[in-house]
Amino acid sequence: MTDERIVAVTMPKWGLSMQLGKITSWIVAEGDDVSVGDELADIETDKIAGTLEAAEAGTLRRIIARAGEDVPVSGTIALIAPADVSDDDLDAVVQEARAVIDAGVPDEAASGPAVETADIGGRKICYVGAGQDGDVVLLIHGYGGDRNSWLFLQEPLAARHRVYALDLPGHGTSVKDVGDGSVDTLADAVLGVLDTIGAERAHLVGHSLGGAVAVTAAARDPRRIGSLTLIAPVGFGPAVNSGFLRGFANAQTRRELKPIIGQLFADESLVTRQLIDDLLAYKRLDGVGEALHALLGTLLDGDSQRPDSAAAVTVIGGAVPVTVVWGSADRIIPPAHAESVAGAVCYLLDGAGHMPHMERPAEVQAAIEEAIARAG
Amino acid sequence: MVRTITYREAINEALAQEMERDESVIVMGEDNAGGEGSPGEEDAWGGVLGVTKGLYHKFPGRVLDTPISESAFIGAAIGAATAGLRPVAELMFVDFMGVCFDQIYNQAAKFRYMFGGKAVTPVVIRTMYGAGLRAAAQHSQCLYPLFTHIPGLKVVVPSTPYDAKGLLTQAIRDNDPVMFFEHKALYDMAGPVPEEGYAVPFGEANVVREGGDVTIVALGRMVHTSLEAAEQLAAAGVQCEVVDLRTTSPLDEDTVLESVEGTGRVVVVDEAHPRCSVATDISALVAKKAFGALRAPIEMVTAPHTPVPFSSTLEDLYMPDAQRIVNAVKTVAEWTR
Repeated sequence: MTDERIVAVTMPKWGLSMQLGKITSWIVAEGDDVSVGDELADIETDKIAGTLEAAEAGTLRRIIARAGEDVPVSGTIALIAPADVSDDDLDAVVQEARAVIDAGVPDEAASGPAVETADIGGRKICYVGAGQDGDVVLLIHGYGGDRNSWLFLQEPLAARHRVYALDLPGHGTSVKDVGDGSVDTLADAVLGVLDTIGAERAHLVGHSLGGAVAVTAAARDPRRIGSLTLIAPVGFGPAVNSGFLRGFANAQTRRELKPIIGQLFADESLVTRQLIDDLLAYKRLDGVGEALHALLGTLLDGDSQRPDSAAAVTVIGGAVPVTVVWGSADRIIPPAHAESVAGAVCYLLDGAGHMPHMERPAEVQAAIEEAIARAG
Repeated sequence: MVRTITYREAINEALAQEMERDESVIVMGEDNAGGEGSPGEEDAWGGVLGVTKGLYHKFPGRVLDTPISESAFIGAAIGAATAGLRPVAELMFVDFMGVCFDQIYNQAAKFRYMFGGKAVTPVVIRTMYGAGLRAAAQHSQCLYPLFTHIPGLKVVVPSTPYDAKGLLTQAIRDNDPVMFFEHKALYDMAGPVPEEGYAVPFGEANVVREGGDVTIVALGRMVHTSLEAAEQLAAAGVQCEVVDLRTTSPLDEDTVLESVEGTGRVVVVDEAHPRCSVATDISALVAKKAFGALRAPIEMVTAPHTPVPFSSTLEDLYMPDAQRIVNAVKTVAEWTR
């Protein structure tokens, strides 16, 4: 029997399609004492680079996966255990873990869950669900994003909830025709997906433009919404980095796009080639240029924000608990706007940029879990 | 998850989607149906390697089965382009360009210029190139350097299914004559390709692998041979940056120069003959505009200056392979004054 005091540190699953992660470097060494939240290793997937944090405290007794090595998701990469667990017990676990890593990804491994589609007012909307039980949580990405923006969050949240992520009109694999491009039209897609999956009640999580969409959808039918979590949302003040928005809409080449995408993150090294390639491939799709420019008209009035989410929050009037998460180093929308979200519980993440759900997923997850718990 | 299809299917899909989108797009070439009015119409081959299979019946009257006379149908395609259609003509093997070259380099390439911009020639000439199929000296050449030499032509050499669909879409929508080079050995290669239509712009090279030690510039099939070499070299501790040119005209000079400025070392890999080629062109570009960044002489890996041999043993030796690229990279990486 394996000593149950041995805690396995495993390769996380960042995104529904992730099958392998590469350890780029270990931050801790064998013998180090680690606390919950300590940074253990830098990990790279084909989509993004991130840092694995310790979920348990203790002494790091064994490092199994070497730097530079590809490890299948959930494969054991290190062991935490108290000092009195014997080396023999540890080595037995190491041997099993080694075999899993060496075997690689099994051939029959599905490449992520199936994409589902909903017909909403004649528009094809794509979404992906994860999780079997619990409340419905719908994740709504921002301008130029897609359902994969939630790669670090959807799977972890799905442990306790039924978590859906959609592609708004004009994004991902959904229809590229955004109609009038209004926040209301985008909110139609959100409520339509809730209808399609048969959710009578749902928690909405919206990032940036998706935050304005979430608030608008909630204001239409507050009884249906359990809680609102808004991550760096649009619509709570006039200031916005309009140069970023126009730059993103107009960028044609890698050379133009890379510095623009860098502004999203506090640490620009998080931007991988694959992320830029995926965005370029998206921007080249027929209809995307028109969609992004139509939405630019929704977002901007001159160089100021056009949407008014604060008014929608007033309409909701306390019927739905609201949580706001903002990165202190957001270069797209000033975090000071958090103060304009009436009655909200606020989390200011020190040093995070405009993408806290990618930059600091564990803290954003905790905020969402608390929002859901408070809603009861 | 993005769907996976082959290079051949990606080209077929680009043609089908553009024909659907724009009724002025037509397809013409030899063996599309195996002879106009012949029994071949029933199963309509879709060209010798089946690339246009299915289009003949899907778009009645818009896929023309031409006589075996390149001088006639390439000329007809160019004429139709000047008169408002967007023809995609298939010049089966680029080796046959000799019989229709006047129509291409002296007519199509010159119209916009000689008519002061009043005439446009939105024709695409798809053609197969490259060795490795035991097809001997008259069916295995690259020849894209000859077209790259001519102002007024755009020259596209896609390396992946994604690029094949996006670059062909761009070629069809483009108002200038485009030569589109398909390597025979790539047709069965599979890769992720979005179902929706999209255009990959011309003149934008693709950095397909990042690395700080040596730049490898390649195109077409040689991109894959270069990636294979880069993989081996990484295991030996040499990190290569692989630049896929995608189009030789227009040429993305900036991406090549920026990469060489970062590494200081460059190997150019080209399946064509070594003289007056893409390899020499890129070498000259780097020598002229990034000389100060170079820390070693420029290396070229190309086919020899001979016809493609019919002997399979000799043909295998003729083609640049990963080992030759590895050797060239090591030469520049280890070079000392």
